[in-house]
Amino acid sequence: MEHADGITPRRRRVRPLPYVLLLPAVAALVLMLGYPIVRLFTLALQNFGLKQQFGAAANWVGLKNFRTIVHDPEFWAVLRRTLAFCAVNAVLTIALGMAIALLLKRLGSKMRLLTMLGLMLAWSMPALTSTVIWQWIFDTQYGIANWALGRQGQSWLSNPLTFYFVATIIVVWMGIPFVAFTLYAGLTQIPEETMEAAAIDGANPWQRFRDIVVAALKPILLILTSLSVLWDFRVFTQVYVLQRAGGITRDTNLLGVYAYRISIGANHFDRGAAVAIVMVVITVLMTMFYLRSMTRQEEL
Amino acid sequence: MTTTFDPITPRKRRRRRNIVPNFLGLVVFLVAAFPVYWMVLTSFRRGIDIQRATPQFVPAPGTLANYRKVFRRDFFWTAVKNSLTVTLLVLVLALFIAFLAAVAVSRFKFRGRKSFIVAILVVQMVPAEALIISLFRILDSWQLINTILGLTLTYLAFVLPFTIWILRGFVANVPKELEEAAMVDGSSRFRAFMTITLPLVAPGLVATGVFAFIQAWNEFIFALVIMNRPDKQTLPVWLQAFNEGAKGTDWGGVMAGSTLMAIPVVIFFLLVQRRVASGLTAGAVKG
Repeated sequence: MEHADGITPRRRRVRPLPYVLLLPAVAALVLMLGYPIVRLFTLALQNFGLKQQFGAAANWVGLKNFRTIVHDPEFWAVLRRTLAFCAVNAVLTIALGMAIALLLKRLGSKMRLLTMLGLMLAWSMPALTSTVIWQWIFDTQYGIANWALGRQGQSWLSNPLTFYFVATIIVVWMGIPFVAFTLYAGLTQIPEETMEAAAIDGANPWQRFRDIVVAALKPILLILTSLSVLWDFRVFTQVYVLQRAGGITRDTNLLGVYAYRISIGANHFDRGAAVAIVMVVITVLMTMFYLRSMTRQEEL
Repeated sequence: MTTTFDPITPRKRRRRRNIVPNFLGLVVFLVAAFPVYWMVLTSFRRGIDIQRATPQFVPAPGTLANYRKVFRRDFFWTAVKNSLTVTLLVLVLALFIAFLAAVAVSRFKFRGRKSFIVAILVVQMVPAEALIISLFRILDSWQLINTILGLTLTYLAFVLPFTIWILRGFVANVPKELEEAAMVDGSSRFRAFMTITLPLVAPGLVATGVFAFIQAWNEFIFALVIMNRPDKQTLPVWLQAFNEGAKGTDWGGVMAGSTLMAIPVVIFFLLVQRRVASGLTAGAVKG
């Protein structure tokens, strides 16, 4: 079967080989990704708390869990906070990433290498260690941030606003390198002559940036923005770790941590699942936008 | 524009023009690299030096005491063992399964091929953070909470889409004609694949494997939920427990733990970053 198949294009019968090759991957994905997605929905439509965890039957309650969460002002506060956090972080990441990409283009080769090395180092750090490091930098007693700002004993993590300030620094610090490198790679593709011609024609730097750089990088920018939005929407580790250090959770929960606290923290798996579904739905909407912009760029 | 009107030589002019960008480049470098430097530095500091009112920025009298403390701390070595076991299992399984799938989608035309590729793309967008709730319930009902198997299966599913995506690019980059030439010369399809394509894809396999390794090694949320017993913790969960327990009083120890956890990742990352990035673009372009 093996040698006859590859070369002679004789008949159009279904060949089993590609399906056999795909089988393990499909099995793993269905079992550990597909099933959990389905289970998330059944959980959200059931009554599932502490009792059910110990074997009591879970009965169907329709949309009751969703009704509970939409009537909970805390849910709306968390949702608003999550969207705002996501927007601020994505904008900062893209804007600063773009600025750094332009800077990399201007730098000489040695300085560029040094800058890239620094970015690479930040990029390679695990999310947890990055958070722990920044937590140490912003430590109330001996943190270097308080020393540099001359604010002895300032407690950053016990006030929601400064808490988000620190969280934003961590997320943006971790997010910038990827954006900067990708945009820089895109910048190197823009022909030098285009920029020179525009300069000769009297275009000022801002016009050149807007009409040439942004226009040429638009597909990349679109994808990077979508990815940043998706990533910043689901921030978990940074917020979770900072919350454990700072002690305030109620005013600093973002959607992911909130769902975790309701379900695994407080055993309301049904309501937690409902919150998680809201999260998934918002993600799907954003993903559709992303895929549309991506498939428009290139053939699969 | 000619030099006769301009007393400044072109070289000087270039240097002057470069002062601002060079300064900014230095700032970016410092902001990006300083936290990492600070982590390593703190990990070699004595307690009294860490708690000075004025921080010291150069490695003054150093000590290994923080590392010794970490090595002796409860469950550190168990965490290392758990992390290594899960990570290596995920690495091997993911590579094997993803490679088969990558060959299927890049070497064969079949019904459902395109849907599979789209599914691989879409599935990467599902927020893991939302699925922990149902995954926890499922693994609990399968009695897989606090087991290496439970965590491995979970990681496998979340690493696979991306590994398939990258490997597909690498496999597609090897021209099919090379294999076919060998087949014309009389070797079987399987042999042609093993002797021609596999060696050419090997660098891609290494890069993808390292990527899977980094993902599994760094992962925190699933490990936090699935491995909740102290003797089952992976390194990130162990480190966070240490961090919480220390309550800002043992930064030397916490930073030593962070450094130990981050070092293998940083090294691997620097080694393969280019490859994975180019695999990404290759995967996006090649059919």
